[in-house]
Amino acid sequence: MDWFENGWGLSLIVFLPVVGAAVVLAIPKAKEEALKWVALLFALATLALAVVLAVRFDYSAADAYQFATAPDTTWIAAINANFHIGVDGISLPMVVLAAFITVLVILYSWNHWPEPHNPKLLLVFVLILAAGMTGTFVALDLVLFFLFFEVVLLPMYFMIGIWGDRGIREVPVFGWKIEMRLYASLKFFVFTLFGSAFMLLGFIALYFKSEEVLGYRSFSMIELSNLGAAGAFTGTFAFLVFLGLFLGFAVKVPMWPLHTWLPDAHTAAPTIGSVILAAILLKLGTYAFIRIAIPILPQEALRWAPFIGVLAVIGIIYGSLACLAQSDVKRLIAYSSVGHMGFVMLGIATMTDIGINAAIIGMVAHGLITGLLFFIAGSMAHRYHTRDMRRLGGNMLLMPKMGLLLGFAAMASLGLPALAGFWGEFMALLAAFNPAEAIGQTPLFRGLMVIGAIGTVLTAGYMLYMLRNVNFGEPAEEWSGTEFHDVDRFEWLAWAPLVIGTIALGVFPKIVFGATNDAVVGLLQKAFGG
Amino acid sequence: MSFLATILPQIILATEEGVEGSGHTEEFVPGITSGPLVEYAWLIVVVPLIAAFLIVFFGKKSPFKGWLMAWLSIAFVAVYGTILFILNATQGIVYYGQVEIARIGDLVLEWGWSVDGLSIMMYFLVGVVGTLVFTYAKSYMEGDVRFTWFFASFSLFAGGMLVLVSAPNLIQLIVGWELVGVASYLLIGHYWEDYDNVDAANKAFMVNKVADAGLFLGAIIMAVSVGSFRFNDVIDVVVKGEAGPLSQYAFWAGLLLFIGAMGKSAQFPLHVWLPDAMAGPTPVSALMHAATMVTAGVYLLGRLFPFYIDVSGLFAGDVRNIIIVVGGLTLFLTGFLAIVQDDIKKVLAYSTVSQLGYMVAAMGAGAYTAGLFHLFTHAFFKALLFLGAGSVIHAVHSNNMSDMGGLRKKMPITFWTFIIGTLALIGVFPFAGFFSKDEILASMAFAGESGQNVANFILILGIAGAFITAFYMTRLVALTFFGEYKGHAHPHESPKMMAYPLIGLAVFALTAGWANIPGVYNGFTEWLATRVPLTGMGDHEATGFDWPLVLLTSGIVIASVVIGWLIYAKDAETQAARDRLRIPVLWPLFENLYYIDDFYMSGIVRPTMGPLAKLVLWIDMNIVDGIVNAIGAGSIATAKAVRITDENVVDGMYNATGAVTGATGSVLRRTFTGHIQQYAAFSFIGVLVIVVLFIVF
Repeated sequence: MDWFENGWGLSLIVFLPVVGAAVVLAIPKAKEEALKWVALLFALATLALAVVLAVRFDYSAADAYQFATAPDTTWIAAINANFHIGVDGISLPMVVLAAFITVLVILYSWNHWPEPHNPKLLLVFVLILAAGMTGTFVALDLVLFFLFFEVVLLPMYFMIGIWGDRGIREVPVFGWKIEMRLYASLKFFVFTLFGSAFMLLGFIALYFKSEEVLGYRSFSMIELSNLGAAGAFTGTFAFLVFLGLFLGFAVKVPMWPLHTWLPDAHTAAPTIGSVILAAILLKLGTYAFIRIAIPILPQEALRWAPFIGVLAVIGIIYGSLACLAQSDVKRLIAYSSVGHMGFVMLGIATMTDIGINAAIIGMVAHGLITGLLFFIAGSMAHRYHTRDMRRLGGNMLLMPKMGLLLGFAAMASLGLPALAGFWGEFMALLAAFNPAEAIGQTPLFRGLMVIGAIGTVLTAGYMLYMLRNVNFGEPAEEWSGTEFHDVDRFEWLAWAPLVIGTIALGVFPKIVFGATNDAVVGLLQKAFGG
Repeated sequence: MSFLATILPQIILATEEGVEGSGHTEEFVPGITSGPLVEYAWLIVVVPLIAAFLIVFFGKKSPFKGWLMAWLSIAFVAVYGTILFILNATQGIVYYGQVEIARIGDLVLEWGWSVDGLSIMMYFLVGVVGTLVFTYAKSYMEGDVRFTWFFASFSLFAGGMLVLVSAPNLIQLIVGWELVGVASYLLIGHYWEDYDNVDAANKAFMVNKVADAGLFLGAIIMAVSVGSFRFNDVIDVVVKGEAGPLSQYAFWAGLLLFIGAMGKSAQFPLHVWLPDAMAGPTPVSALMHAATMVTAGVYLLGRLFPFYIDVSGLFAGDVRNIIIVVGGLTLFLTGFLAIVQDDIKKVLAYSTVSQLGYMVAAMGAGAYTAGLFHLFTHAFFKALLFLGAGSVIHAVHSNNMSDMGGLRKKMPITFWTFIIGTLALIGVFPFAGFFSKDEILASMAFAGESGQNVANFILILGIAGAFITAFYMTRLVALTFFGEYKGHAHPHESPKMMAYPLIGLAVFALTAGWANIPGVYNGFTEWLATRVPLTGMGDHEATGFDWPLVLLTSGIVIASVVIGWLIYAKDAETQAARDRLRIPVLWPLFENLYYIDDFYMSGIVRPTMGPLAKLVLWIDMNIVDGIVNAIGAGSIATAKAVRITDENVVDGMYNATGAVTGATGSVLRRTFTGHIQQYAAFSFIGVLVIVVLFIVF
């Protein structure tokens, strides 16, 4: 299987969904069964290839890029942008996660089409998203990365805008009254675009700057990382470039205070949109911090670390408190992402091997758990026709299986040990006790650790608050006589893997750490030496 | 005088490879350090967890709707635990199994199982008490709406506790710790149709979560300083006196871990969850207050005892003084709360809190054996008392003692076993509590003499506590079993399935104390002391009967019973009796639980859930997001201005966007109004302008 090893396998994983999208486009709209099966088959094939990738991955050399195309595979010769893709231990879990979530999303969609229906277009968008997400995780060229990073924008924009919530969003201060989906989709789009414009600027600046040392201009992440480790980027230049990258990535994460697109986008998006957003899209930002910002601008990253750490912890506390004031289930889960991604960013900000490992497992765990939460919240909203916790209650009596799954997901989300979410949280706090010495802000980080630990209490608080109001008590009068269908077949198919994954990762975290640890250690050694 | 001195030479330092000497001339060599018996001891942990899992999925169709599976799994633990217990007592067992689950940086993460004196004692306790409670629970829960689910959660509860006590490292301890927490949440909130019960469950979870934040941080500081999560590595470092960074952070690590212990072991002022946890079915209370959950904190102190006692004199002993004070305050203050309760389970609940105070104070005084011995004996008699109370509640359909009275004739087995439990609790010779409580008090006196001045003060609290304990138990017995029956049901003795476990526990309540009779038979000390690395630990322990103290305490207990009897036996809890005792200021203070619960609710919980959370959301919607919207509004305004000045360019963009949209399909055209496209286009232009500006400058 030489072809698989030297780039073709990975290319296939990235582009198979695009082919799938094209095939789906070619099938007449009326043939829904065919559309679904084709989309599912392409997603499954992609997942199968991703599994093959994970199996054939050489874990003893996890810090090397494997299955890579040749670094000089010319793509846009004029700007020396190459089609260079590859996976190491850091991107491998993300690639598998993206392929995995895509399959689940299609399975779930089988009989859960949001209005205004049109499965064909929705499936096309899902498949394009899959390609964009995977592409971002494997790109080793900045232009390629940027392209994939932006590719996901449009399908998600349309997904929210077309299939989103049609309720009216009242914007305070300005007194606007806009349809939720329109407001949210636009906000998502503009916000992300705003960030990535600065990011692009940073990329371009690096491109021009690289000529000074290399003698030619390069978009190659590997070459730029080498330059970065050698100290080629310093001073104001490095500061401005990092600022650009930071804005681009931080919007995507999202970090406080650039997060306000998230509650709207998550709440307005159709169920599968929220799942993809939470499970994968948010990780593009954190991944980029690890893959691009730290290796290329290591010294600048150290300088920014305390700032990032502080923002991360503000996000944890702020997100959790905002959750406590919610009455909308989906919005609560959305705000919880701000808190959880805060832990991921805190891990990254420590610039230590433990912290970044924690961040990666935190990303995967958040993908599984929050993905599951959004699935369940969506299914419940579908049945109750409301997400207002003040009207819900007694769900355990109406839909016991759904309630049980919600309880499981909530417990996982609050970081229950032996489930996936625990490792990211706990290890991020652990890393904050001894951040990289080069940062020189150990006392500050210890303070952040303590505040972060308080954040875990608040997290438990809002999750229990949600369970209390949704699951427990007696159902309200208005639901008497309503027939509720408990979890159906397709929901089980889509959710059981997430439940199993959450437990498996919790009990045996080596599934992720086994791939990431060496890669992270290697990355940090290269960036900071020693 | 110094029976412990004869054991000290046998002290060992155990590691997974086997046993290393700790510098003492004579070494204790455990008889069993390998073999299938210890290598498969992980089954003790895994079997109840698997049972919990199976009951959830297949329980309803299995024999006795899941109960049998639960019972068999806990009985398995009891049998395995008893075998280990006996072999440990006769030959000595030390074994630690480890399975690596990941490496992260330099840290190794492992699951594992400890088979040493301390863990074996807990296996035995959880197994034996658990089996009796599970037996009892079948009758008690008969006809419950969620019978099967109850036993799934109950198995998880026991399983979680076993994960905790089998942990050879801090990570697994945390895992078990929180599993117990979740299971207790499920069990306390078993009747979740009623929000009161849900709130009780949430309270238990949240108070514990607050404490757990301490546990997390303490574990982090300790693990990072030592470079390992393993208890043995921590203790190794402590014993060898090469603490490195740990000596710097020892105070914080110790204090934070103790805060974790305060949550689970319900120490003042984090005790508030335990009385509310009565909302769960009575068998839950019996298990929770005896062998599982509340013992976790004391267990943790025991597990890390060489660290807390600072055997090599590496750190300041401050934490130990904090521990003894917290324990002392707990045992003293919460005892009074038991006096004013009408709910029989709440009397017992505050009694548990108070007894846990004794155990914690003992650990703080450096009395390793005494603290754990009280944990051991208390597990039996408190489980007995709770099951007895459950039997009474089952009979009279009320928790309130004002609906009871005169039950001794109607429920003889319950009555007599309850009396045995009571005698054990208040510490009457020769019942279990007499020995364990006396050892605690003697150790406090010893610690005071050895220079821990605060121990003298706590000793006085401890003696006063003995009076209070005897008083509220006399009141409870008088009001429940003597006088006239005041309720409206037709009480009768409980079925055999409930009565037999009472008898079983009563036997233990009588005999468990004989496991350690100073100067006569010191089995318990040996079981623990020889199986845990203990260098210098016994230095802090009292070493025999402190006769004056024994006589003083016994006299006080008898006096207390007599006084209690005189007050409550005749006109049991009539208005007159109540008024006679209503000491101004104090009684309202007790009845309002020192206003601690009120303070938490109106001082912390409500302000956080209400004003603070709402403020943050308001800031988010109006200020943080307001800025975003203002920028959006500004863009639109700018774009409009641009449009006026440059109609053509804007139109061009607009049309271009329209064309793209048109190509993507009719749906898009229908859903996206021109207005939105315009907005997007303008915003895009705005961003491009910024980009260009940046490039130019």
